Amino acid sequence: MQEKKYVKYTLIGLSVVFLTLMLIIPLLVVIVEALSKGFAVYFKAILDPFTLKAMNLTLLATLAAVVCNTIFGLCAAWVLTKYSFKGKNILSSLIDLPFAISPVIAGLVFVMTFGRISYLNDFLTANNLRIVFATPGIILATIFVTFPFVTRELIPLMQAQGKDEEEAATMMGASGFTIFRKVTLPNIKWGLVYGVVLCTARAMGEFGAVSVVSGHIRGKTNTLPLHIEILYNEYNFTAAFAVASILVIFAILILIVRNIVEWKNEKEA
Amino acid sequence: MAKVTRVIPGFRFTMGFTLFYLTLIVLIPLASLILKGGGMGLGKFLQTVLDPRVLHSYVVSFGCAFFAAIINSVFGIILAWILVRYEFSCKKIIDGLIDLPFALPTAVAGIALTSLYSENGWIGKFFYAIGIESSFSLMGITIALIFIGIPFVTRNIQPILKDLDLQYEEASIMLGANRWTTFRRVIFPEILPSLLTGFGLAFARGVGEYGSVVFIAGNTPLKTEIAPLMIMSKLEQYDYYGATAIALVMLILSFLILFSINLIQWRMSRLKGI
Repeated sequence: MQEKKYVKYTLIGLSVVFLTLMLIIPLLVVIVEALSKGFAVYFKAILDPFTLKAMNLTLLATLAAVVCNTIFGLCAAWVLTKYSFKGKNILSSLIDLPFAISPVIAGLVFVMTFGRISYLNDFLTANNLRIVFATPGIILATIFVTFPFVTRELIPLMQAQGKDEEEAATMMGASGFTIFRKVTLPNIKWGLVYGVVLCTARAMGEFGAVSVVSGHIRGKTNTLPLHIEILYNEYNFTAAFAVASILVIFAILILIVRNIVEWKNEKEA
Repeated sequence: MAKVTRVIPGFRFTMGFTLFYLTLIVLIPLASLILKGGGMGLGKFLQTVLDPRVLHSYVVSFGCAFFAAIINSVFGIILAWILVRYEFSCKKIIDGLIDLPFALPTAVAGIALTSLYSENGWIGKFFYAIGIESSFSLMGITIALIFIGIPFVTRNIQPILKDLDLQYEEASIMLGANRWTTFRRVIFPEILPSLLTGFGLAFARGVGEYGSVVFIAGNTPLKTEIAPLMIMSKLEQYDYYGATAIALVMLILSFLILFSINLIQWRMSRLKGI
C-alpha cells in the first residue's frame, strides 16, 4: 500500500527544504541581524524610550482587542450553535467578513467613519475628540482585523458538542450564566485558549490597518510593527531587527502554546 | 406560525450583544465607506480606477497572489500528505512550525525576507549570481505572499486526509491501479473541496496583504506597486475618495472570487450527491 521509499523521502525532503527556506531561515536572519553589532547595541535599541512607548501601545491595543473579541466571540458562538433562527447563515458570513477585507481597507474604513471627511467629523471636533490618528483609532482597527478569530475557533467545537447537556441543565433549573460556566466552558476551554492566542498574535502584529489610522507620530501613535518600519526606513537595520526579535520571541511562545493546546485536546478526546 | 420556543436561556442577551457589536465595529464603518464612496460621482471613480498605475497594481496584486496560492497549494498537499501518512523523526517540529506565518507579525516577515532575498542576502546572492532579481521585483512580492499563505492549504487538507477511509485506496490497488493513479483518481477528488477552500483563503489573504510585501516589493510605479499600496499613497495625499474608489474595486473583486469558489464547491458537492 505504501509508495516506494524514494517517493516518501523525496516528498519529506522537498517539504523540509521548502520550510527551511521560507520559515526557519527568516527567523534566524532576524536574530543574526539583531545581534550583528553586539549585545550592547541590541539592548540599547530595545530599551530605547520610543521602543518602550511603542510596546506599551501595542500591549494596550492587543489587550483591548483580545478582551472585546473574546466576549463577543463567546456570545456569537453561543448564538450560532445553541439556537436555531432565520438568517443564521447571513449572520455567520457577516462575522467572517473582516477575514476577506484587506487590512489597509480595514484602516481606511475607520478613516472614512471618523476622519476629516466623515459624517461624524463636526461632532468629533466640536467635542474635541480624536479617534483617527490617535489611540482609539488604533484600538478600533486592531479589533476589526481580529474580529472573527475567537468565534471561528469556538463554532466547530460547540457544534460538535451539541446542546443536549445545556438543555438538560436548563431542565434542572440552572440559569443561563451558570450553564455557560459549569457546562459549556469546561468543554470549550482549550478551543477558547487557542482562539485567544491567535487573536493575540494577529493583534500584536497588525501592520496595514494600524498604519493607516496611526498617522505615525513617534512616541504617541506608534505600535511595535510601525516602529520597526520607521527604523528600517531610516536604514537603522540593527535596531529594526532588534525590535523585530521581541516579536519573534512572542511568535515562538504562541506556537508553543498552540502545540500544548493541541496536545491537551488530543489527550482529552 | 407557532412561536418558536428556545429551551436554553440567554438568547436575547447573546443575540442582542452579537448584533450590537457586529453593527458597531463592522457594519457601520463599512457602510460609511460605501456611502462616502458613493458621494464621489462616477467620473471621479472611473478616473481613479482606470488610471494605468492603479490598473497595473490590481494586476500585480491579483497575479502574484494567484501564483503564490498555486505554489502553496502544491506544497500544502505535500505537507499535509507527509504529516498524515508518514512517520519520521522531526514530524512534530514541522507540524508546529507550519503556523508560524499566523504568529509572526507581517512587518517582521517583511524585513526578514527582504534581507534574505536582496542582492547581498543569504539566499538572494545565489539568485542574483544567476541573474534573477529575487527582491524588489514581482518574484519578491510572490515570495512574501507564499510566506503568509503557507498554513492555509495544509491546515484545510490535513483533517480530511486523516479521516479518509483507506478501503477505497485498497480497492483501487486491487483493481490494478498504481499509486499515482490511485492518488489522482481516488484521493485527490476527496481533498479537492478543502484544497479549494485553502486556496481561496490564501488567495484572498494575499490580495490584501500589505505588511510583508511593502518592504520586499521595491514599490516602483507600473512595475511592483500593489493595490493596497496605492490606497496608502492616495491617503498620504489626502485623496480620500481616490483611496475609497480603489478599495471598492478590490472589495468587489475579492468577494467575486470567494463567491465563485463557494459556487464551484457547491456544484461539486451536488455532483457527488447524484
